[in-house]
Amino acid sequence: MKQAAELQRSRLLHEEQISTQKVKWYKKRSVRNELAAYLFLSPYLILFTLFIIIPVLAAIGLSFTYFNTVQAPKFIGLQNYVNLLTQDNEFMMYVLPNTIKFALIVGPGGYILSFFLAWLLAQIPRRSRTLLTLAIYSPSLTAAVAMAVVWLIVFSGDSTGYLNAFLIKWGFINEPIQWTQSPHYLMPIMIMVTLWNSMGVGFLAMLAGILNVNPEMYEAGYIDGIRNRLQEVWYITIPSMKPQMLFGAVMATVGTFQAGDIGVQLSGANPTPQYAGQLIINHIADYGFIRYDMGYASAVSVVLLIIIYGFSKLAWRLFGEKD
Amino acid sequence: MASFHGNKINPSRFGLGQLKFYAFLIPLGLFMILPIVFIFSQSLKPLNELFLYPPTFFVHKPTFENISRLLSVSDITAIPATKYLFNSLIVTVIVVILSLIISAMTGYALSKKKFKLRKVIFEVNTIALMFVPAAVTIPRYLVVERLGLINNYLGHILPLLALPVGVFLIKQFVDQIPNELIEAAEMDGAHDLIVFWRIVLPIIKPAMSTVAILAFQMAWNNTETSILYMSHETLKTFAFYMTTLTTTIGNNVAGQGLAAAGAMLMFVPNLIIFIIMQSRVMDTMAHSGIK
Repeated sequence: MKQAAELQRSRLLHEEQISTQKVKWYKKRSVRNELAAYLFLSPYLILFTLFIIIPVLAAIGLSFTYFNTVQAPKFIGLQNYVNLLTQDNEFMMYVLPNTIKFALIVGPGGYILSFFLAWLLAQIPRRSRTLLTLAIYSPSLTAAVAMAVVWLIVFSGDSTGYLNAFLIKWGFINEPIQWTQSPHYLMPIMIMVTLWNSMGVGFLAMLAGILNVNPEMYEAGYIDGIRNRLQEVWYITIPSMKPQMLFGAVMATVGTFQAGDIGVQLSGANPTPQYAGQLIINHIADYGFIRYDMGYASAVSVVLLIIIYGFSKLAWRLFGEKD
Repeated sequence: MASFHGNKINPSRFGLGQLKFYAFLIPLGLFMILPIVFIFSQSLKPLNELFLYPPTFFVHKPTFENISRLLSVSDITAIPATKYLFNSLIVTVIVVILSLIISAMTGYALSKKKFKLRKVIFEVNTIALMFVPAAVTIPRYLVVERLGLINNYLGHILPLLALPVGVFLIKQFVDQIPNELIEAAEMDGAHDLIVFWRIVLPIIKPAMSTVAILAFQMAWNNTETSILYMSHETLKTFAFYMTTLTTTIGNNVAGQGLAAAGAMLMFVPNLIIFIIMQSRVMDTMAHSGIK
């Protein structure tokens, strides 16, 4: 009996020692952790600050100045923004409407298409799915500069262009059309080309999301009265993969505004013919690097950043899990 | 109550009911790769086929004429294409390696280390997912100029290293590692770097592969740094050389073959790397959600 009590006491003592050791260890660990964390983070934080935060802040700062790159920036208050809204005819008549049209079709359009294709791919067995996923994803692996070659050959303005030759052969047209130089066709071609390579990372994320929905959810859904596949997608698939939907939406937004260069590449000119394919990104390059009005270009940049942020906020509103 | 026909998502076998999906997906898949097939075909065409009217889609007598001509002569800039290719290779390899290390370290710290600014930094990074570098080209140029990176290899490399998407994907993946595993190793006296190297890195390999692909694509396809930060022709990259090839294409049919060969050279490395790593990529994407 006595022995047992002794044993019990020493065990308790031992446990206490261990737990104080543990507490000490945790304390030491948290101090060490804080230090180590910043060491691990420092390369990224430095680069992130230099190439992302400072440029964004500088754009905001410069947008309140007149800056022609030769003389020092001169503070002019809100003048650039006032000019943008009241003086810049091209911006209001072409650039802004073009950007909205392009962004609305390519952004949500490409996003819905991505989801739809990912959903279709999830309905077939693995091996053929991998192959078809590769086919649909591979356009986004191509570089816009490299693909410009193809588009220039296909949409070439004389009768040796592939599209012209094809349409003439089948009697749709009699004369070759100057596809990329025409204000009518430039925008639709830009939209088509961008949609073609918009099944990127977001598309893969959504495919993975659909494949990872717990199968029991579907079973439960059908017991609760889901009647068809459309309801299944709406009430089960999408709600169970909201995080991937959000990631996809953010990627789609970025992709849309990044693709802006395509018009200049296709038509070979900035500004594009009659401003038909002029997007905000091109307007920035036009003022920044052709007219050297960096202050004004920065104001346009800030407007663009705000638009992108607005789009993403909308995505957050739709799919974010916490508000 | 509607009947449940068993789960049709991610089927393990082929069934007749899937035919409708194939009927849609196969033509679409073919349509998607059409321009890519076209590049291959065009780049293998001998000169007389390029001049054919009406133009043909497929090559009849394939040759490597265009590719060897692309690599041997320098029609436009008096600098051999191999020099641009060499620059691209160096820059891409360095960017991929460094951005992987940096993203992994950051992702690990954001996921497993407790420190004050953790939440703030992660939120800022999530907002930065929407960052479009092209929107701030001008201030970025000013930063690069201040740092003395104009006409410097580092001007190709440093601006590409901060990759918010990479950090985000890796952080989400590290979240899957149980804390106990790391604490156990630390209690055994393992140093932070050893924990990172021996425990974390092997587990997050899929995420690393994905980030490697993204970094590769970004560096390999990048023209901006060449156009904006490099004025010496010998420092520019192959992607930039492609832009000079395409701008001269309009009035030069023979140039089409060259440009197509260049486009193929741009595309093939992307494709090979993605095919090798595709299963790991899908693995990462399962954890890619923004919560």
